[in-house]
Parts: sequence; C-alpha cells; structure tokens
Amino acid sequence: MANLTLKNVGKTYAGGAQAAVSGVNIDIADGEFIVLVGPSGCGKSTLLRMVAGLETISEGEIHIGDRLVNQLDPAERDIAMVFQNYALYPHMTVRDNMAYGLKNRGESKAVIAERVAEAARMLELGPYLDRKPRALSGGQRQRVAMGRAIVRQPAAFLFDEPLSNLDAKLRVSMRMEIRKLQKRLGTTSLYVTHDQLEAMTLADRLVVLNGGRIEQIGAPLDIYRRPASTFVASFIGAPAMSLLDAVVTDGAVMLDGHPLGPVGRAAGPVTLGLRAEDLRLAPAGVPMVVEHVEELGAQRIVHGSIGGQSLAVIDTGDQRVSGAVHVAIDPARLHLFDTATGRRLENAHQRQPEAVL
Amino acid sequence: MTDTSLRTAASHRSLLDRLRAWHSAETPNPAKRVQFDAPLTPWLFLLPQLAVVVVFFYWPSVQAVTSSFYLEDPFGFGATFVGTDNYADALQSSQYASTALFTAFFCLVVTALSLGLGLLLAVKADKVIRGASSYKTLLISVYAIAPPVAGLIGMMIFDLHIGPLTDLAAFFGYDLQVGINYWDTAIALITISVWKQIPYNFIFFLSGLQSVPVSVREAALIDARSGWRRFRDVTLPLLAPTAFFLLVINITYAMFDTFPIIDVVVKDKPANNPITLVYKVYLDGFKGNDIGGSSAQSVILMVVVAALTVLQFRFLERRVHYG
Repeated sequence: MANLTLKNVGKTYAGGAQAAVSGVNIDIADGEFIVLVGPSGCGKSTLLRMVAGLETISEGEIHIGDRLVNQLDPAERDIAMVFQNYALYPHMTVRDNMAYGLKNRGESKAVIAERVAEAARMLELGPYLDRKPRALSGGQRQRVAMGRAIVRQPAAFLFDEPLSNLDAKLRVSMRMEIRKLQKRLGTTSLYVTHDQLEAMTLADRLVVLNGGRIEQIGAPLDIYRRPASTFVASFIGAPAMSLLDAVVTDGAVMLDGHPLGPVGRAAGPVTLGLRAEDLRLAPAGVPMVVEHVEELGAQRIVHGSIGGQSLAVIDTGDQRVSGAVHVAIDPARLHLFDTATGRRLENAHQRQPEAVL
Repeated sequence: MTDTSLRTAASHRSLLDRLRAWHSAETPNPAKRVQFDAPLTPWLFLLPQLAVVVVFFYWPSVQAVTSSFYLEDPFGFGATFVGTDNYADALQSSQYASTALFTAFFCLVVTALSLGLGLLLAVKADKVIRGASSYKTLLISVYAIAPPVAGLIGMMIFDLHIGPLTDLAAFFGYDLQVGINYWDTAIALITISVWKQIPYNFIFFLSGLQSVPVSVREAALIDARSGWRRFRDVTLPLLAPTAFFLLVINITYAMFDTFPIIDVVVKDKPANNPITLVYKVYLDGFKGNDIGGSSAQSVILMVVVAALTVLQFRFLERRVHYG
C-alpha cells in the first residue's frame, strides 16, 4: 500500500515520429482507485505498462511509495498486474498460478498456503484450486488472475482492460466485485479501460487521455458535469454530448437563429455542448427535425437535426415522436467550448448542480 | 474431476492428430465425407500411395524378416534355412556389442547436443530484434545442405592434411587423426551430425517460443526476477510438446539419418572406426555379402526402435503438457 506519483512521464518509441505519451503528471493517493480512460491509441496502456516496468520510461519519473522505480525490474516494483487475456500459466494449477510469485520472493510455505487460501475464499475459487486454467470458464480465469494479484499484497494493483474478454453480464458483476475488493483491501489501483461506463462506475478519479496527453483529471461526476474540452465532452457520457456550432450575440447563445439562454460571454462563435438528458421535448423552443428514434424501454433517444447539425435528445414521454418537434433546455445546463481550441469556456450564468448523494 | 475425463479423451487421439492440432492450434474440423458412385474409385485414388508404401516399406520388411532366417550364398545361388542362427551370431558377437554400445552413446550425445544447442540458439535468436531475420536465415540455411554434402564438408574441415580443425587441434598440441583414431573419428562424426541437425531443432524451438503468449511472459516478468527461473518454470514447460516431438525426431535422426555422414567419413579409411548399427547392417550385407546376418541385424534394429518409441510415448509423453 503506497501512493503512486508520475512526474512529467513521457514515452517515445525508437523510430516513432511522435511521443506515445508525454508530460503526464498524476499524484495518486494511498488507496485511491484511478481509471485511465481514452480511445484506443491514446497511450493509456503504454502508461500502465511503464508503471509496471514492461516498457522503458523515456522521460520523467515514476515513484511507487517513496521509491523511484524507473530502473527497477517489474518483479522489484512491488506491483501486481491483471492482464486483459488473464495471462495465466497454462501448465500450472490455479493454486500454483497464485503461489508462483510468492515462491520466487522466498515466502515460507505456510505464508503462501495461508494467502492462497485467503484469496481463494475471497474469490470463491476454493473448489477449483487443483484445476488447470483450461478447465475454467472465462469468469473463473479472471478471478484467478485477480487472486494472483491479491496474494502478493502489492503496493499497487495495475489492471489492463481486465474485463474486455468477458460477456456483458459478467462484465457488470465483475466490475462491482473488483470495486468491492479494492475498497476492502484498500490497495492503490491503476485501471485502464476504453469503456467510459466502466471508467465512470469504478473510479475515485478519472484520467482522460487523448493522443498521449492528459485531457482532464477529476472525479467522474465533475468530469461529466464540467468536461474540460470537446474531446472529454464527447467521450464521457452515453449517448455522447452533441456538439454544435452556435454564436453568442448580445449576451445570449443563438442556435440556428433561436436564443437558448443568457451567457456571460463576449459576442462571437462558440461550440455548444448539449447533453441528451438535459434536453427535453417542449411545446415551444428550438425547432428540430426528427430523424430516427431509439427505443430503450425506460426512455428513448430521439436523434434529429437543427439547421443541419445533428443532436440527440432523451425523451421519457410516451407519445409518438416524429416529424418536426421543439426542444428546450435549462440555460444553466449549456456547455460552451472555444471553437478554435476546443477548451471549455466558463459560463458566468451557469450554476453548479448539487450532487444527489 | 473434469480434468481426468479430459485427459482420457485426449489420450484416445493419435499422436499425429495431436501434433497436427498443436501445430495449427485450431479445433480439428470433422472431415468432409465424399460419396463415390463406384465402390472401387476411392481405392483407385489410394493406389499410388499404397503402392509406394507396399513396394518400398512392407515388401522389404517382409523380405528382411524372411532372409534373416536363411544363410544365403554370397553369389546368390541358393539359401539354407538356419533358424535363429543369424540372430544368435549377431547377439553373441563382441563386435556387434561394441557397435551397439557406440550407437547408444552416439545417439545420446548427438540428440542431447543438437537439442541443447538448437534451444540455446532459439532462445538467443528470440531476443534479437534488430536484424533478426538475417540472423535466423543464417542459422536455418545449414538445413538446406544434403547429409552427404554435409559429410563431405565435415571431412574437408577434419582432413588430416588440409583440415582447418586439424590445424587448430595441432595448435593446441593435439594430434587429431580423423579416420585413423577411433575417438577422433567419433568426435568428427558427432560434430558433423550435430551441426547438420541444429537448424532443424532451431526452427521448431523458435516457433515454439514465439507461440508462448507475450502476456504470459510478461506475467512471469512480474512474478520472477531471475531470467533463468522464468525460463525453467514458464517457458520450458510450454515448450515441452515441441521438445518431445523433437526428441523423437532427433533419436531417429541419430540412429538412421546420419548414415550418409558416417559413410562419407569412414568409407575407404583403414583401421577400426566407430560406426552405428545401421551402418553395420549395410557393411555386413553389401560389403560382406552376408545377407542373412545383416537382415537379422535390421530386424533387431526394428524391434529396438519400436520398443524405444513405445517407451517414449508411454513414459515421457505423460509429462508433456499439450496446451
């Protein structure tokens, strides 16, 4: 158990024109669950593998606890890693898979047996201890991989998309289990995923990465409510936030010639961000042409366009929706971004909604 | 126990099936059934292959077994039934015993060295990133050399007058006399045979190494600090199917396929040179014109090889893990 510090960390591959990761600074407190999220190729796995010691660190420093680990072997870093495809040793039993790392660290047989038994109890792996991995289901293999990490009692857990190979239902239950386990053990965790839902539900703090750089760090709800850029806005939240071109004239934001509400910004073009769940169908408002409707049961997602720009609206009503409708939004829920840089523009009229819990 | 039932099911599959499944790493598809109108058509298709097998394998085998019970006239005028005398002669001859002993020694050393060096080179080549393909090509290229040519090249290197290795040995004060001194010839035979076989083992070990999943190696990297331990505990067990396959192939190679090399090295040499049992079969039969005795020896060899193969599969294969 330890805190984890990344100082100005960067990675450039030999022959690579661009840095795969650059200028990453993260301070992770002891026991914190940090999720690295971003689209594929954003450098999140590279970053995790640099912490693990599976990739060399081109620049910057990584500290685990108070040790600088840049030059240490993976086995010396006091970490445990859970891989996407489990990476179990196929020729060893479940018990040996979990015990192998401890054996190599010279732990006594009694300690190994006790820790393996404890992990097996926690993960309900007791009946399978003498089986080989090939005789286990995907979910069970995932548990063994978790067990292998737990028995080490490391300073930090590193997860590399551990749930990607499971089916949707198992993924949800394993997600909750990982979270519970981590809370119980209180081990600092770094978790990589491309699934924004997984990221939102697991993280104490989210790190959104884009092109090897950090776009935003923050609690999941903060990021959801105040995305720092159009990239984060469109990546976090489902359906994705609709981003439209709008203009500010006379202190009000105008979409397709219709005023949406007052904003404290100077006149000029802006990028307007609208969350589907903040928009509602209304008798009066901005006219929208409905293109198609996704029926989800509890709600429906209405896809339409305003002045040729597409957007999505969540509707919980039960009337049929088609043709021309009007949409309205609380002006406090408008997100404004700089058209050129994509960075968030603070809206003086926006108030912060209180957290429900 | 599910594991036991899996194992029993697996042991019903023939080795060939398992090797094939292991190489293609796919679940075997059930063969497509083709119906022929005439019942003779499938046999017609099988005929060429069957003819080859019968003419070049079964017929000579039957011939060998039959003639091993006869004493044949050297000029082919007639044969006398002598029962098991040929076998008794072979087994009681001290020359046969010493040749058998040398064959066992030769097999052991050639197999161990060519497997060991092949594995060593494969492990090292697996780590090379820059220029890997040219490195691999250089190592593999030896495999393209025909055994008699390899023997000839070896003979030149070990030649008493112009051989660079003879000069090297002389530099260190050793008088290397290949073709004259028994153990010097043995060294030459072993060196050439091993050199010829390394690339074969190298190719298989390298492909075996590359089929070990990267993430499993990385997991081992986190679990164990020492590279030797990772190799012993993770890489080597995962290479076991490859190693077992190569062990069978290498023993067969050392016993039979080294014939051309031995022939080139010891042919026309004076004195008492080491030979293997297979070469002795040829010498006694075709140089000594003792067809009966040589047939008896080849039958003994057949039995030994069969026994060896059964042993290998019964006792060694159990310890091999098939992914």
